[in-house]
Amino acid sequence: MKLPDRTGWSSLVETTQDPAGGSGYGDHPPRMGFFTDTSVCIGCKACEVACKEWNHVPEDGLDFTGMSYDNTGGLGADSWRHVAFIENRRPVSTVDLGLPAMGPPAGTPGIRPDLPASADEEEGQLQWLMASDVCKHCTHAACLDVCPTGSLFRTEFGTVVVQEDICNGCGYCIPACPYGVIDQRKEDGRAWKCTLCYDRLGEGMEPACAKACPTDSIQFGPLDELRERAQARVEQLHEKGVDVARLYGHDPQDGVGGDGAFFLLLEEPEVYGLPPDPVVTTRDLPDMWRRAGVAAAALVAGMAAAALGGRS
Amino acid sequence: MAECHPVGFQWVLEAKARGATVIHVDPRFTRTSALADLHVPIRAGTDIAFLGGLINHVLSTGSYFADYVIAYTNAATIIGEGFSDTEDGDGVFSGLDPESRSYDAGTWQYEGTEVAAASGHRDQQQYKRLGKGSSPGSKSGRGESHGSGGASLQGEPERDETLRHPRCVFQILRRHYARYTPEMVERVCGIPQHLFHQVADALVSSSGRDRTSAFVYAVGWTQHTVGVQYIRSAAILQSLLGNIGRPGGGIMALRGHASIQGSTDIPTLYNLLPGYIPMPHAHEHETLDDFIAADSAAKGYWGDMRAYMVSLMKAWWGAAATAENDYCFDYLPRLTGSHSTYETVMAQQAGECKGYFLMGENPAVGSANAKMQRLGMANLDWLVVRDFSLIESATWWKDGPEVESKQMRTKDIGTEVFFLPAAAHTEKDGSFTNTQRMLQFHHQAVEPQGDARSDLWFMYHLGRLVRERLAASTDPRDRPILDLTWDYPTKGPIAEPDAEAVLAEINGWDAHGQPLASYEQLNEDGSTACGCWIYCGVYADGVNQAARRKPAGEQNWVANEWGWAWPANRRLLYNRASADPDGKPWSERKALVWWDEEKALWTGHDIPDFTASKSPHYRPPKGATRGEALSGVDPFVMQADGKAWLFVPSGLTDGPLPAHYEPQDSPFRNLLYAQQRNPVRQVFPHPANRYHPTPGERGADVFPYVLSTYRLTEHHTAGGMTRWVPYLAELQPEMFCEVSPELAAERGLEHGGWVTVVTARNAIEARVMVTERMKPLVVDGRVTHQVGLPYHWGRNGYSRGDAANELSSMALDPNIHIQEVKALTCDVRPGRRPRGKARDRLVRRYQRRARIGTSTGTEM
Amino acid sequence: MGARTFISGWPVYRQLTGDDPLGRGAAVKSEHSATLQPRVRTASKVVKSVCPYCAVGCGQNVYVEDGPDGERVTQIEGDPDSPVSRGRLCPKGAASLQLTTGSSREYKVRYRRPHGKDWEDLELDTAMDMIADRVIETRRAYWQDEAEGRYVNRTMGFASLGGATLDNEENYLIKKLFTALGAIQIENQARV
Repeated sequence: MKLPDRTGWSSLVETTQDPAGGSGYGDHPPRMGFFTDTSVCIGCKACEVACKEWNHVPEDGLDFTGMSYDNTGGLGADSWRHVAFIENRRPVSTVDLGLPAMGPPAGTPGIRPDLPASADEEEGQLQWLMASDVCKHCTHAACLDVCPTGSLFRTEFGTVVVQEDICNGCGYCIPACPYGVIDQRKEDGRAWKCTLCYDRLGEGMEPACAKACPTDSIQFGPLDELRERAQARVEQLHEKGVDVARLYGHDPQDGVGGDGAFFLLLEEPEVYGLPPDPVVTTRDLPDMWRRAGVAAAALVAGMAAAALGGRS
Repeated sequence: MAECHPVGFQWVLEAKARGATVIHVDPRFTRTSALADLHVPIRAGTDIAFLGGLINHVLSTGSYFADYVIAYTNAATIIGEGFSDTEDGDGVFSGLDPESRSYDAGTWQYEGTEVAAASGHRDQQQYKRLGKGSSPGSKSGRGESHGSGGASLQGEPERDETLRHPRCVFQILRRHYARYTPEMVERVCGIPQHLFHQVADALVSSSGRDRTSAFVYAVGWTQHTVGVQYIRSAAILQSLLGNIGRPGGGIMALRGHASIQGSTDIPTLYNLLPGYIPMPHAHEHETLDDFIAADSAAKGYWGDMRAYMVSLMKAWWGAAATAENDYCFDYLPRLTGSHSTYETVMAQQAGECKGYFLMGENPAVGSANAKMQRLGMANLDWLVVRDFSLIESATWWKDGPEVESKQMRTKDIGTEVFFLPAAAHTEKDGSFTNTQRMLQFHHQAVEPQGDARSDLWFMYHLGRLVRERLAASTDPRDRPILDLTWDYPTKGPIAEPDAEAVLAEINGWDAHGQPLASYEQLNEDGSTACGCWIYCGVYADGVNQAARRKPAGEQNWVANEWGWAWPANRRLLYNRASADPDGKPWSERKALVWWDEEKALWTGHDIPDFTASKSPHYRPPKGATRGEALSGVDPFVMQADGKAWLFVPSGLTDGPLPAHYEPQDSPFRNLLYAQQRNPVRQVFPHPANRYHPTPGERGADVFPYVLSTYRLTEHHTAGGMTRWVPYLAELQPEMFCEVSPELAAERGLEHGGWVTVVTARNAIEARVMVTERMKPLVVDGRVTHQVGLPYHWGRNGYSRGDAANELSSMALDPNIHIQEVKALTCDVRPGRRPRGKARDRLVRRYQRRARIGTSTGTEM
Repeated sequence: MGARTFISGWPVYRQLTGDDPLGRGAAVKSEHSATLQPRVRTASKVVKSVCPYCAVGCGQNVYVEDGPDGERVTQIEGDPDSPVSRGRLCPKGAASLQLTTGSSREYKVRYRRPHGKDWEDLELDTAMDMIADRVIETRRAYWQDEAEGRYVNRTMGFASLGGATLDNEENYLIKKLFTALGAIQIENQARV
């Protein structure tokens, strides 16, 4: 499959939607990912806890942030899932959210639209949005591109994982992430983020967060299937009059070649603290890589000689 | 529900996805509101007015399910002439004795007969019947202490199925609720009329033959001085709409602890024996027969109470229980009124109760008026605390708030304290009963470490040690403990008693020691033993039915083969009502069980909660008793008349119908009646338990805001299982107080800053959360602010904070003795609370400003 | 390890010789990653359990590993077979592992003598003996054959609070033993 070249990558990797195939995995399982449907998220944070329990992610402090019920603050080395809470008002002009309502939502079965509007409706309906954020496992993952040690790598499932035995804490990956996801842990200097439970995937188990999620807001599966399911869900919500429903990160033609973890949102991405148009920060890298490849070849020849010499 | 029972909420979202309308009625906009179709903000403490409005709507618009109401409820039943309603008494029912502050329920009875209640205060009629006068002891045992006159009469209650008789229940309801208009709902609850109509229309349009609606509540409904009547209001509404005993209907209590249902069924409750058999009260020369005569019902399944009771005593006292000694009935201690946990606190302070066991319970944080709890514990000889960690109730003597404020000195406190570490659910076998009455057995995964032990281990070995010490005693008072069957097998390195052996005793066995399969096999002649009759069958065939785990995907949607539900593994109570009087489903869409004419059996998706072979056309012969007295159209088999009770002739202490009363502490006069508060609520005047003035009195405006307490998803009750767990503590790390932007502006509160919340009991501090989710309401034309406080925090643990229950008072519902902590009043002021003695001084200053004295707020 | 294997294990060697020329996938997979497996895989048993928090009653699978120091719980997850919960858990249920195996649990009996300033150590057996003695003494000292002229056969001397977080079998023994001892102030969270 050849995609329009927005990122500068297709010249290098033909199979942009098969990142595992392009990373040395011949016969590999389908690309796996997350579809997080925020329209059914209840903000319980089971995902955050299940992730920490499974991955032994450290507890990272008792901070009362005052940001609604979000005391996690954001994704980081010690928070691989983060539930955002947004309290705002939706202007009256838009149609029913099918969601939160301090005033009467129009068009709800059994709810009479002919009754007078409340004061609430004039100032907009209060809504409390909740959304569980996570590493996007980009098709074009800048973190992986800039990693000098090969710690960050693409798995056979097409996900992007930090190998904790390799990471030397150089930190190059941190500014490279267009979403601000990957982060260094103060205690050991290494970079940490969601692995999409790489260890579990190998055993056919679903990631801990998706398994715990009480309302199936977090869905795990082959990315192709998830994209179909997400499209159907958006259409269903649109039919119900929830015009604001939209997908985020699903599009293979976006600035990161599409996310392995994508979302159904009920507001603009910025409202959730997500960049509206993320672009892989290493779009100019291919040229750099070609030069680096030559250097690496020279280096390996020298080192192999040294190793053989030392062991003979 | 999304907040406190998130995994249960998946089914609500599933229903929503299939087209259900989800309405959330709550003072606050919560995580549940966020996913609901409609959020209806309500002033805390006014649900009876709101539900009353809905009942009135259903009655006045003729929207009730007439066929269901006539056949399956007591709408047609005629009430005796002596009854007078709140309509006539300006807020009180007939039978109120102002002197003792209690009702004589005699005038609430059906015309021409008298019925015993299926639950609640079942021996209300006892005393006069037996000619033994009133009960001694605490006045707070009101339900028991006043008879209702007349011996139990045989004969059918009179009915008028045209529902026109002026004294039929239906007409009484109509008159009673006529004043609960949408205008009144708006004035009392602060719910705009258009919002009220949306709820009413949604509810009515989703009820009937083809549709059902469910009510789901959490204990926010029970924690009021009128808590039982909250539930009753929902019961009336759901019965009128035909939503009981049918799939998708019902009133679902979302209870808050893994086995809180089990601890009610097998009650660690003062007034009950296992299976809702009442504890006997002190009467002169009472025999087992007297007890049974007073408490059992002539009709319905309570008619077999003697079999349940005798089997229980056989389980407890084995061979020592014989017909000659009334099966050891005299071994049972007797009640003399209410002995609830709040009376116990008073008794501790009075020096009458000197020892205290706390097992997985943290009253210094979780019970109303936390200071009263600590004052009680400080007056004990000994205290045993069994928990995972050193909770506040274990350490108050060295670091409690009173020690900090120098109100108490550690060296003056004589209480001897034992802290015993408890085993976790993964370290022991046992069964939990969930909120749907389903028992699920959990298996031991590992041995507990160190000194940690299960409570089964603790109780068994404590009993063993006590029995060893008393073994040589000839004192008759020691016979009950020496004759007790206490020979449970133990296993493993720590001699853990075998939980399945205990479950087998709960299930019961016949004269040959064979496990029983059903409570219908229980006998009154001592030939069967059974520790809890409603659990009979959980060990049928010698198999632990509670441990069954047939995957959900391998059985039908009722999933009867997962765990075991009482009674008799029926999943939906009273499901006979899912079929019409002829036994056919009301509609195919809502079919659950039905009468199979060919096989002459009840059948269906669930196990019928009805005698399987009883035809819908069965009519009892004259003089029939017990189960046989119920006809084929009497689905409510535990009721003496087989009907759903819209009007309760017996069993309640505060009226046969719900009436709106204001909470103990309220900023508003009762707009519905002259009677301000529940006249028979329980109050405990005490210097540390002061109440707020009645609205209109001088000083009443000192506490202008409505206060409600609640839980958060991330924590659990008094925090013993969450504040010590870092992964949970970090998610909600501090005590906070939710206020609206308007209230923040009015009182100068800064988001993220500190607020001090004050009541006549105490002052606490919390971080300020200013949020539009706390919406000021217009109540009776006045803007009313509500303040929200989660109640999880205390001084110990990883995440710490002041306890909300420092602010609450001990004021109780008179039926069930549960405290009112969901609707209080308070003042809020910016900044942290004073430290040391200054904290007390602040509270006393408030009391003076509000002119609070010994009797403030205690008037009837 | 021979030199050939040693070198062929090098990421850069694999990068140049394999079909992962950019060195971002298979070529750089580390030893740790290659041998990674979920810790539940080595569980010696999976025990069926029920969440101990609220009353929904979610099913749990408890994974136990039999190690050199004996058996220990390594993971607790939702039981997908449960018709109640379908394998899902809330944050509290998901924290069950930390609840049951975390460092905040106490494993030693603590004793505070009357008027004592601090905790002291006490053997469990001694504590049990002392508690049994206290129960008997208090029961005797506060025994009532009659109250206001009526047979009551009871002690108001000691009370109990708790049970909603306990098992049915535990509640049964509490009620049975304390009732036989004549105590009536037996209460639990269902009242609160």
